[in-house]
Amino acid sequence: MEPVLTKYVREPNSFELDFFLTHDGYQGLKKALAMQPNDVIEMVKASGLRGRGGAGFPTGMKWQFVDKKTPNPRYIACNADESEPGTFKDHLLMERNPHLMFEGCLIGCWAIGAKVAYIYIRGEFYHVQKILEDQLAKAYAKGYAGKNVMGSGWDCDIVLHRGAGAYEAGEETALIESLEGKRAQPRIKPPFPAVSGLYNCPTAVNNVETLCNLPSILTNGAEWFARLGPEKNGGPKLFCISGHVKKPGVYEASMNTTLQDLIFNYAGGIRDGHRLKAVIPGGSSVPILMPDQLDVPASFDAVQKAGSMLGSAGIIAMDETTCMVWVAKNLMHFYAHESCGKCTPCREGGDWLYKILDRIERGEGEVRDLDLLTSVSNNIAGKTLCAFGDAAATPPLTTLKNFRAEYEAHIREGRCPIPADWRAGTALAAAH
Amino acid sequence: MSFHPLMPYGEGWHKSDRIVAAEGQPFAFTPDRVRQLEEICGKYPPDRRKSAVLAALYFVQEQQGYLTANAMRHVAEFLRITPAEVEDVATYYVMFYRAPVGRYVLQVCRTLSCALGGAERVVEALSEKLGIKVGETDASGMFTLMEFECLGACDRAPVVMVNNEYWHERLTPENCSKFVDDIKVRGEAALSGCYLKVEN
Repeated sequence: MEPVLTKYVREPNSFELDFFLTHDGYQGLKKALAMQPNDVIEMVKASGLRGRGGAGFPTGMKWQFVDKKTPNPRYIACNADESEPGTFKDHLLMERNPHLMFEGCLIGCWAIGAKVAYIYIRGEFYHVQKILEDQLAKAYAKGYAGKNVMGSGWDCDIVLHRGAGAYEAGEETALIESLEGKRAQPRIKPPFPAVSGLYNCPTAVNNVETLCNLPSILTNGAEWFARLGPEKNGGPKLFCISGHVKKPGVYEASMNTTLQDLIFNYAGGIRDGHRLKAVIPGGSSVPILMPDQLDVPASFDAVQKAGSMLGSAGIIAMDETTCMVWVAKNLMHFYAHESCGKCTPCREGGDWLYKILDRIERGEGEVRDLDLLTSVSNNIAGKTLCAFGDAAATPPLTTLKNFRAEYEAHIREGRCPIPADWRAGTALAAAH
Repeated sequence: MSFHPLMPYGEGWHKSDRIVAAEGQPFAFTPDRVRQLEEICGKYPPDRRKSAVLAALYFVQEQQGYLTANAMRHVAEFLRITPAEVEDVATYYVMFYRAPVGRYVLQVCRTLSCALGGAERVVEALSEKLGIKVGETDASGMFTLMEFECLGACDRAPVVMVNNEYWHERLTPENCSKFVDDIKVRGEAALSGCYLKVEN
């Protein structure tokens, strides 16, 4: 498939407004402004575009739910708080193609009748934010944002809002709380943001990659977009491949492409002399797939059928030098650290799970710890306000399911069965 | 008492603690920052100045290096919210320092993809080179070592962020010593940045 979103990212000036304008820039917006907002929503619905942030919810439907009768203002909140471990696609889009995101924000605003789009960018991406600020000023100066957008008489502002380091701010209601100047903690749903979101006004929260897909839908049509992938999984998709592969990076492909193909062809396969042990296909929050489960299309539906989720398409490949208890412990450290603290099961349980995994990994675990891990995990999953709880319970549950023997070996032998020389990053591990 | 029948819920198994911020010196934003902050407040509805609290706290950090109780009260007054609301936010987000830090804060990504690439060894090497543990500042006041959760550049692992802003990619354990020496001489210019390699 010819790249759509990343076609020009390796051109030296791809982030500049002038470059963007000579490569079909803002043509999708121009087309949208000539249409009725509702027709834009219908078009996006027909394209089957699904949210690229992780849940895969149809974007057109999300917009349709936005309350259009309210006298209150409406908002687009662009979720640029990319923090899911293993995911770095929005980083690339914003760094190399910022105007595509601006154009997407404006199309979204036009469709739902918003006058402001807030782009919530994670605090750690300050080097990207500086590019965005610079380019946004140029877009304002040339009339692509602000007053009288492209001479249409319609006003729309884009505001960059810097976060300050909180994974939870990527959850849509927590993102809204953070935009309001509070702790990034999720709200009770319903009401959903489409009814009562930012400042209690109707809000659509969309991922960067989702919004970046809009201009091409407008210019090439809904049918073109839908045909690029399997049914209900249309359009181009960015896959982030990292871990023990030869060529880690962001690859654009159709969702017809198999996980096998992505890892072994796109990313060049596993580093020399090693073999694949396990794959996390959609960011750290999703269950592990084994090497014999990868011959499935990397689409939302097919990966789910295979027993995991496509999530944010952050594919992490691990070879045989990797201790799976260590993997669970590493990820549990992440979830225990990032838990926002609002719901007790996640706040307390995440920390417990980390401590249990830590003692197993150090060789001080007991046999009953395995049941304890399962029990605590199952008391977090499904018992919290947001999906963080399910995500936090996933690392121990999925590693226990697929690699229980490794846990038992740690307990039986009182140490990690993986040779110490293989510890990630030691010189010997690289030489193997 | 335990929330879970099998958990030993006592010492060491409870993670919440409240760290009270130091009072610090009297604080007021410089006129230039007042102007910039008013401009930022103008991007939100007039009765929603609180939205600018993160921006205000970044300005405090820029001006005096870390957050103090005096500074947080000033921010509260500026945004017309309560000091408790400011402290609530300041204690939540990891990019705010609540104690003095070194001139260069090395923030090493420790999450899975970077860890697979050897981030744990990088932390060990930096710790040895600087003679400090994670969370500490060296005697000269030049370096603070921190571990950060996923920075979002997993293809260029292991990644290090410096001072919440500058990045260095693919730092190997073997290169850590040279990396620190380079920063001592060239400052932020020693960092590789974290940008996609483009074709020229």
